[in-house]
Amino acid sequence: MAYTEQEILAGLVEIVSEETGLPADSVLPEKSFTDDLDIDSLSMMTIVTLAEEKFDVRIPDDEVKNLATVGDAVSFIVGAQG
Amino acid sequence: MTRPTLTQSSGPAHTRILGLGGVRGELVVTNDELVGPIDSSDEWIRQRTGIITRRRAGADTDVLDLAEGAARAALDDAGLSGADIDAVILSTVTYFHQTPSGAAILADRIGATPAAAYDISAACAGYCYGIGQADALVRAGAAHNVLVIGAEKMSEFVDPTDRSISFLLGDGAGAVVIGPSDIPGIGPTIWGSDGSQAHSIRQTHSWLDMRDSGAGWPTLRQEGPSVYKWAVWKMAPIAQQAMEAAGVGPDDIDVFIPHQANMRIIDQMIKQLKLPDTVVVARDIADTGNTSAASIPLATERLLREGQVSSGALALQIGFGAGLVYAAQVVVLP
Repeated sequence: MAYTEQEILAGLVEIVSEETGLPADSVLPEKSFTDDLDIDSLSMMTIVTLAEEKFDVRIPDDEVKNLATVGDAVSFIVGAQG
Repeated sequence: MTRPTLTQSSGPAHTRILGLGGVRGELVVTNDELVGPIDSSDEWIRQRTGIITRRRAGADTDVLDLAEGAARAALDDAGLSGADIDAVILSTVTYFHQTPSGAAILADRIGATPAAAYDISAACAGYCYGIGQADALVRAGAAHNVLVIGAEKMSEFVDPTDRSISFLLGDGAGAVVIGPSDIPGIGPTIWGSDGSQAHSIRQTHSWLDMRDSGAGWPTLRQEGPSVYKWAVWKMAPIAQQAMEAAGVGPDDIDVFIPHQANMRIIDQMIKQLKLPDTVVVARDIADTGNTSAASIPLATERLLREGQVSSGALALQIGFGAGLVYAAQVVVLP
């Protein structure tokens, strides 16, 4: 069963918050992973892998650089669901 | 006329590590000494990798010198001499002769001739590959005491302008003697490879390219984030399998000694493996850097020398690296 966009956003916010220690209410769709949330490449791979497991999708390593914001990641995961 | 039935060898039921030794490069290289050409900073390297210094060997020390020092220390620790060794397995990617093997020369240097001797190329998994082979050789009756050495002079393989891996690398060697034991001292080795990911950690070009197209000295590169992802999420289950195969669980392990690739990888593996806080974790990378095949025995040597763990401790060790290749096992420390 596919997750809704809201469920994916909520799940991703939880993952990002857990990885970065940032409060969940600061992880908003328009936030940039690198510029706003100060997430480096290794933390990003952690987030990507946890998101892949949680939502049962595949996010190719080459695609990760295109996911600039939290909203970008949510949109990608929505589209990647089978 | 009937054909004779061949005799096949068999050996003792159990093996263990009889002795261990290590040698680090004599130079202490700080982050500040390396950051210029890669436009980086001490803080960036510490935050991304956990490395504060790495140990490197001087120009007069080659990889076999490092290997010999570690081998002699391991023999001393085991109370054996070179003459007691009947197989020498040298794991290295920085012995720059195609032939003869470094192991044969090393065997001669330490007085182990005519021991069987050969090199293996399994990069950062090489020490655990060697342990797996030595354990099998002894239990099969193919050798009585086997010397396994992981030795690297990675500083010969670095590009000062490379931002992917060069600044992580250090030089050193670690060695163990594996021999018969009354009780099980080496759990089953869980090992494997994935050559489809050969590009993830690679030599920039071949020796033939260097000769034929005038390319310079080859060096190492890695696709850092991809390797990080593989190391954490694919290797934690391998370490888990090694525990299950040995019949132990996370609560039974005294010490976790992963390949010292990156502190962030180590921290994530601990989380994935759900190791309790009571487990001592090897973090030698902070001072020694990533010494490839030498990193696990060097980290072990330090934990024992500093008294962080004792002889008889149960250690979960896992090596992983260029190939991609990996190997893990649970061992009793000497």
